[in-house]
Amino acid sequence: MLATAVIVLREVLEAALVVSIVLAATRGVLGRGAWVTYGIVGGTLGALVVAAFADVLAAAASGLGQEIFNATVLFVAVAMLGWHNVWMTRHGREMAASLSSVGTAVRLGAKPLYALSIVVMLAVLREGSELVLFLYGIASAGPGQSTQLAGGFALGLVCGVALSVGMYLGLLRVPAKRLFTVTGWLILLLAAGMAAQGAAYLVQADILPPLGETIWDTSQILPDDSIIGKLMHTLVGYTARPYGIQLGFYAATLVVLLVLMKLFAHGGEPARRPAA
Amino acid sequence: MSNPLYWSNYVWILGLLAWAPSYAQDPSFTLTIQDHRFKPPELQVPAGKRLKLLVKNLDATAEEFESHDLKLEKVIPGKSEATLTVRPLKPGTYKFVGEFHEKTARGGIIAK
Repeated sequence: MLATAVIVLREVLEAALVVSIVLAATRGVLGRGAWVTYGIVGGTLGALVVAAFADVLAAAASGLGQEIFNATVLFVAVAMLGWHNVWMTRHGREMAASLSSVGTAVRLGAKPLYALSIVVMLAVLREGSELVLFLYGIASAGPGQSTQLAGGFALGLVCGVALSVGMYLGLLRVPAKRLFTVTGWLILLLAAGMAAQGAAYLVQADILPPLGETIWDTSQILPDDSIIGKLMHTLVGYTARPYGIQLGFYAATLVVLLVLMKLFAHGGEPARRPAA
Repeated sequence: MSNPLYWSNYVWILGLLAWAPSYAQDPSFTLTIQDHRFKPPELQVPAGKRLKLLVKNLDATAEEFESHDLKLEKVIPGKSEATLTVRPLKPGTYKFVGEFHEKTARGGIIAK
């Protein structure tokens, strides 16, 4: 049961952390709960579909369907996270101001919640489809496996949700004035890490060159498959043995997003859209 | 603008043609998954060469071939097979697991 729980936790960890960061980043926005729920439900349904058609996906693009699919999912998530941050550089200050003055949910309908909803959906979809295949495998191993399955699944899920809640509560302790700066950086690092992971899938598919096989090796200190390693992987994009191109994608994502955020922060007229 | 028909504009295609067949010449090795175990559990391969690794999953359910050492991860649905490219390896042992059955599905590639 414990083994099952660890695998379940490993798979839900990323989605759980993404949800907590998104919830913190949308603090005070009306209707955010619904959008996050859409994301989770949509991602779960998507995961079931991807798992059901795993053989079709695996065979697609001369056997590279899975790699290309995973990389695409990651890059779309990067784009959505980037778009959110660029938007926030314009509106973050007013949002923070209304958060500290009102303290309760305020009507800031213009915030592009769909972008973060898509991020949640993609995070659930990607890890969820593997989880579905794993659980299906245990379930079909025989009736004796059902307690192990149910117990392990529940335990793993509870641990994942607890981590997510802990992270969210921790973020809520950040003063309102600084909250969106902090979530902005978290989202930036999340995006850079996802871009680096997407690059790794494309190296595996032989579409991108590795540009350096192993830039460093910290697999003895912090292995990729440990819970802490996985945690750091999601939060800051940690990889024990990165390819050169992964560092390139990581740095490029940071630089491009920071430049865009700088450009849109002051340039042009403030986009003052009426609240929906 | 140069003449679009000028031959030197297309030299890169020759490069592509020269590069493409290198794929086919990579030596190939086969791993079989049966009853959530790898056969053979240890695979000897030459170091410093690109390899093809054909993983055949004979089980009815999916397995995820995962190796942090080799930097590969791929879900292999039940009753199917997948080909992975292994980049040139330094001599040494590279562990891999079937993530969905980590207790039994373990193995290693030994590059010499």
